[in-house]
Amino acid sequence: MTHPYGFSPSGRMLWEFHGGVHMPDMKSLSNGLPTAKAAIPPLLVLPLRQHIGEAAEPLVKAGDRVLKGEKIARGAGILSASLHAPTSGILRAIAPHPIPHAAALTGLCILLEPDGEDRWGELPPPMPDFAGLDPGKVIERIRWAGIVGMGGAAFPSAVKLAPGPERAIHTLIINGAECEPYISCDDRLMREQAQRIVRGIRILRHVLDVTGECLIGVEDNKPEAIEAMRRALAAEPVEATELVVIPTIYPSGGEKQLIRILTGREVPSKGIPAHIGIVCHNVATAAAVADAVLGGRPLISRYVTVTGGGVVEPGNLDVLLGTPAADLIAQRGGFRPGTDRLILGGPMMGLALHSDRIPITKGGNCLLAPAPGELIDPGPAHACIRCGRCADACPMQLLPQQLYWHARARDMDRVQEYNLFDCIECGCCAHVCPSHIPLVQYYRFAKGAIWGREVEKRKAERARVRHEARQARLERLEQERKARLRKKTEALKSAPQAAGGTDEDPKKAAIKAALERAKAKKAAQAEVGAVPKNTAHLTEAQQRQIDEADQRRGKVASSPENKAAE
Amino acid sequence: MEFLTLPSPHSERPNSVSRVMRQVLLALLPAIVALTYYFGWGVLINLILASVTALAAEAAVMRARGRPALPVLGDLSALVTAWLFAIATPPLLPWWITVLGMVFAIVLVKQLYGGLGYNPFNPAMAAYILLLISYPVEMTNWLPPRMLNEHLLSFGETLSAVFTGMLPAGLSWDALSGATPLDEMRTQLSMNRTISEIHQSPLWGDFGALGWEWVGNWLFLGGVWLIYKRAISWHIPVAMLGSLAAISMFFFTIDPATHPFPLFHLFSGGAMLGAFFIATDPVTAATTKPGQLIYGAAIGLIVFVIRTWGGYPDAVAFAVLLMNLAAPSIDHYSQPRVVGHGEGRDG
Repeated sequence: MTHPYGFSPSGRMLWEFHGGVHMPDMKSLSNGLPTAKAAIPPLLVLPLRQHIGEAAEPLVKAGDRVLKGEKIARGAGILSASLHAPTSGILRAIAPHPIPHAAALTGLCILLEPDGEDRWGELPPPMPDFAGLDPGKVIERIRWAGIVGMGGAAFPSAVKLAPGPERAIHTLIINGAECEPYISCDDRLMREQAQRIVRGIRILRHVLDVTGECLIGVEDNKPEAIEAMRRALAAEPVEATELVVIPTIYPSGGEKQLIRILTGREVPSKGIPAHIGIVCHNVATAAAVADAVLGGRPLISRYVTVTGGGVVEPGNLDVLLGTPAADLIAQRGGFRPGTDRLILGGPMMGLALHSDRIPITKGGNCLLAPAPGELIDPGPAHACIRCGRCADACPMQLLPQQLYWHARARDMDRVQEYNLFDCIECGCCAHVCPSHIPLVQYYRFAKGAIWGREVEKRKAERARVRHEARQARLERLEQERKARLRKKTEALKSAPQAAGGTDEDPKKAAIKAALERAKAKKAAQAEVGAVPKNTAHLTEAQQRQIDEADQRRGKVASSPENKAAE
Repeated sequence: MEFLTLPSPHSERPNSVSRVMRQVLLALLPAIVALTYYFGWGVLINLILASVTALAAEAAVMRARGRPALPVLGDLSALVTAWLFAIATPPLLPWWITVLGMVFAIVLVKQLYGGLGYNPFNPAMAAYILLLISYPVEMTNWLPPRMLNEHLLSFGETLSAVFTGMLPAGLSWDALSGATPLDEMRTQLSMNRTISEIHQSPLWGDFGALGWEWVGNWLFLGGVWLIYKRAISWHIPVAMLGSLAAISMFFFTIDPATHPFPLFHLFSGGAMLGAFFIATDPVTAATTKPGQLIYGAAIGLIVFVIRTWGGYPDAVAFAVLLMNLAAPSIDHYSQPRVVGHGEGRDG
């Protein structure tokens, strides 16, 4: 399986990946017209999590007035991305709203009401001399801009740009394959913004300190885009960078598949491309990087394809992030009558939306509304006849049929033995299945169940540790109580002799003594200003919290108002 | 606006079970025409009887299971079973044997295991073997091809023979029926005659047996068309015919006097039907590509062994059922290397 399967038109050796499917690309439906700028909608909906990783933390509150480009939410930690106001306006709320997600119906979103002025706020200075700057500074800028992978995965780009000093990157791959049918936003972007992309590539090269080549992979069904990119490269040559025309076959734009086609190398299972010295970025991501570094502008808009027979005038739009799908469809003439499906993404991996109130996010590349009779639903599944076509089509060379049987039987160990987690959910298996079994659905279910089981396992482990600690504590307390009792009994036994001939009842004396002890204890506690704490087995974090709380309490106690109140 | 939410992919599916089955039926048509031409109306009567019984049995089981029958009948798999069975059985087979065979195939071998996709054995072949063992005389009463047949039966006479067992006046079963070429070869070889002597008989054609070789040709062409249409993959037929040809070539080379030329093996009996239409039954075959090569090659080998040294003149049905048993294990031990695993991976 390490043989080349042909050469690109420029004579470069290309490599085959296993399986894949050919199908009508349907791109001419939307790629003929220039990209129009989408109008600013009455309300922008900006989910705090529109990327892989932690949700961003809002920096604004309802009622705030924000300017275009102003940071409104900050990336929480390394694996997260910041969010900027796509236009100027007033922040209406931070509230749950329908979001594009397979399981979650709603998510926390910033609702921004544009004021129509579209006035820019203060932006960081451009970095035209980035080549002389420390890559870390440039990466910081890219992180600031909130850039994530714009091919659909929405992985924070800054993370991919800092693979660590021990991993030298020899090859940078720029993904312009756009292999899913119907989608044409990258095609249009390459035709219209080739220069931005090329400048972005130069920045990425510098940041990653790429030692070898940079390869731009574009499927051969986009001749205009190829031409435009070639012209841009000729106008502003980038060192050791080549545009490679690759054959049209789905899923050539999958990261692992594109790496395979262009370099013949395989990304190790459970690994990332950087493990073999390769980093892959989408063309739209490169363009966004150019904006951030050379223009000081954050990621606030993207190209979106609005297509399908259910849309009156299919085409591409330059869209502000947060624009609801309904507004974009309306700008392309609205739905044709009878349209009952709306898909975010392409037909192979896209997510069927239940509502057109869903906003466009950073990874949202396409809105696909099939007309009735287009992309016909195959109906109920038939029994699997074990024909094995799924295995022929699988680009990861898995055995989808076996995965299906074991997932159906809920045999989660077997399903992992058959390498479920190498599945990229491209949908090739389900596409070719003569029984029309929704195979990918079974794999998602199995993955979810296994993740759920892992969480349960960890929870159970924690509960066990806690339970054991409690048992030990109770045991210890019991021992202590017994010890105290023993001591007391001994003391009582010896008391009459020690007291001599006093007429006081030894029992009463003991009660009195106990009362006195309790009083003293209470007084002591009042002095410290604390009640009993069960602070025996605290984690570091808990201890820190308590300390902070104590400090606050101390501050409050010593503040002048409180003093006065006393 | 609210929309339907269906799981991805949302693509239009290029294939369906009924399409695959329809292609198999179509590919069988030329051979059925040839069989009817050489062996008379009985072939068609068998075919129709088997089809009706298979569909009725399937519908009855679905009814008993309380499930809609139409989608299941619509996948055409019962029809494929019926046609394969009818092609494999003698043209004047008594009607009740055909009915018994089909009920056994559909109810016991297929539906009792859960229906299409769940049966470990090929229904047509399991039924064929049940009947061959239970009614060896009826199941081996083949007719000679038309150019050697002095008593061509009319449509009415054939109907009467199949449904009442009555032959036209003056004819006996012995006079009417003839041995199959494989049977003839076997009998003659056991009488210590050499291949060249045996070939003096008018039974032989250009490379196989008269009539039979043409049925084989049409099955071969139908099979090639199925591969071209990607209804089946080439692995099983090539492996099966290849191994059968290779091993028969080996013995032919050693001793041409007692071992027929490989083409005889390929174009006689069930070899072509088995290679393209029976061993390739996806439900009961191995599914990985290397597994299919092993599976097909083993069938070819078993066919030769039983034909040459076993108790039956032909062996495709036995070989297929034996390998049906082995298919799950073959699959287990022939898994492909997943991308990013093992040797081929970098880094």
